[in-house]
Amino acid sequence: MTTSVTLQTVKKRYGALDVIHGIDLQIDPGEFVVFVGPSGCGKSTLLRMIAGLEEISGGALLIDGERMNEVPPARRGIAMVFQSYALYPHMTVYKNLAFGLETAGMKKAEIDPLVRRAARILHIEPLLNRKPKALSGGQRQRVAIGRAIVREPRIFLFDEPLSNLDAELRVKMRVEITTLHRDLGNTMIYVTHDQVEAMTMADKIVVLNGGHIEQVGTPLDLYNTPVNQFVTGFIGSPKVNFLAARVESHDSGRPLLRTGDQVVRLPRQIDLATGTDVTLGVRPEHLEHREDGGILLSHATITLIENLGGETVVYARLPDGQPLTMALDGQQKVVIGQEIPVSVDSRFLHVFDGAGLAI
Amino acid sequence: MALPKLPAAPETSGAVTGGRKGWLARAWAANGAGYMFLLPWLIGFFALTAGPSLVSAYLSFTDFDLLRAPNWVGADNYERIFTADAKFMASMRVTLFFVIFSVPLKLAFALAVAVALNRGLRGLPLYRAIFYLPSLLGTSVAIAVLWRQLFARDGLVNSFLANFGIEGPSWISHPDYSLWTLIILSVWQFGSPMIIFLAGLRQIPADMYEAASLDGASKSRQFRKITLPLLTPVIFFNAVVQTIEAFKAFTPSFIISGGTGGPINSTLFYTLYLYQEAFRHLRMGYASALAWVLVVIIAVFTAASFLSARYWVHYDD
Repeated sequence: MTTSVTLQTVKKRYGALDVIHGIDLQIDPGEFVVFVGPSGCGKSTLLRMIAGLEEISGGALLIDGERMNEVPPARRGIAMVFQSYALYPHMTVYKNLAFGLETAGMKKAEIDPLVRRAARILHIEPLLNRKPKALSGGQRQRVAIGRAIVREPRIFLFDEPLSNLDAELRVKMRVEITTLHRDLGNTMIYVTHDQVEAMTMADKIVVLNGGHIEQVGTPLDLYNTPVNQFVTGFIGSPKVNFLAARVESHDSGRPLLRTGDQVVRLPRQIDLATGTDVTLGVRPEHLEHREDGGILLSHATITLIENLGGETVVYARLPDGQPLTMALDGQQKVVIGQEIPVSVDSRFLHVFDGAGLAI
Repeated sequence: MALPKLPAAPETSGAVTGGRKGWLARAWAANGAGYMFLLPWLIGFFALTAGPSLVSAYLSFTDFDLLRAPNWVGADNYERIFTADAKFMASMRVTLFFVIFSVPLKLAFALAVAVALNRGLRGLPLYRAIFYLPSLLGTSVAIAVLWRQLFARDGLVNSFLANFGIEGPSWISHPDYSLWTLIILSVWQFGSPMIIFLAGLRQIPADMYEAASLDGASKSRQFRKITLPLLTPVIFFNAVVQTIEAFKAFTPSFIISGGTGGPINSTLFYTLYLYQEAFRHLRMGYASALAWVLVVIIAVFTAASFLSARYWVHYDD
């Protein structure tokens, strides 16, 4: 069963304060959509509006084409997994899973197979008689997901469900949720501030900032062709380098930019007047420490090295003082204080105007 | 390699380092300031609580009457209480009736008000203070006197009922109703448990209710299945405290019945009977025995409450 979700100029207002400023979004049946953005960007509010836990101040929410603004949460065919899990502490795992079905008036004989099926999917059968306080974080998370599964909803909503787990468990649960989506095929909307979760789980990422959508696209769309500096900065780890540059002159219509100790010839024709300040965006993993790795950006002095085994993260400083991070393949023979050339393949060079928009 | 020479340790006197005096001196040196801070409480505890308790325990085995030196009578006082004192049984019946009805009613009323106040009302602190006021005034003599005026034959309650053509009795003088006026007075003093319920309600995470509403639970089902179970630790606390308070209730009965526990012993609280024995009949030894019986009864109730708690009180962790 797959379901579409449509947001038409959806707004949220608390008194005089606008927090969601008219969002238009189409979520196709069976998609795994991730809302990502910094704290306070409105991603959880938007999710709660879809769930029916927050009123919609303006615009329309359609589920399978049907307007849902005034429909109570329980009748939207939605199940939600909360950040805190929201398990009922006085009930056993079995009772937690069965609560929604009991509320719907189902008989015990009907409830039991559904609960056991959900428990089987999530490997929590041995935990059914335990109370939440006797479960680990990961087990609680599974129960919370089980409570969603058991109701056989049209849409699953996840509100930062992994943020209370340790790093190792987070990776494990990430895989499990992705697998669950593949197995069930339901439409899922997932909120996180962790761009790695967004990149690894999503069919489609919605980047939110200040109650606006900055960009919607597949993870690789956002990585390769971000529309602005905010999206570029939000996607990717280690974080993208932004280097201040100025148009010094032109060569055959192509601007020549000064950054660090080099003049960089942009690989494409861009209409920029001499003296214009721009920002170059270069991802750490696209930088190379050799003269002939594409465009020579600058020389840099190494200030810190992190050897991760399969990768070496080098922190450096350009002659004009700008910081730079490089993620180099393998184990590199570099030392702190060493001056190295920094180059980048021109395909991976992003240029932003003064307003932060990609040029 | 030669070790560097350490400075010599300061010499200590034999009085400090050896024996009992040394131990006391060290304890005083280490914690003297703490004991000084504790001193006012320690004096109060030993002079006003522990001391009198031990003395009353002793007196309960005597025939002390304030006028003559106490004579040891063994368990005679206790034997009389349980075998030959009809008034003991009457006062116990009244007290148990009062406890059984006033505590649940007061808790239910307090919870209802707390739930109402927990709905994000504007001016909540003001309402909280207003509802708490009766608890501050409730056990005072003035309020007990006011209660007499309310429930007397020509009191406000009957004046109100007269509007509907109902001629009410003198509620405080009628043996069938007098105890109920005291129960109502007790329920009216709901402020203290209400404040605690309110604090408990605010501890219940909002996402529990959100999860329940997504599950389709109505407000009443949410109250029964989430609020009440998660509030059981607070309900338990309030129940124990209020039960103990109810067993110890004295002032309302004393003022409203004029110290008699009438009409026909219908408001004869246990503590009032104890008071009569001690200060009207000067049977201090017997009153002490009554006091210790009350202590044991309260202890048994409390212990039973704690034993039962494991079956109905839900602690998160």
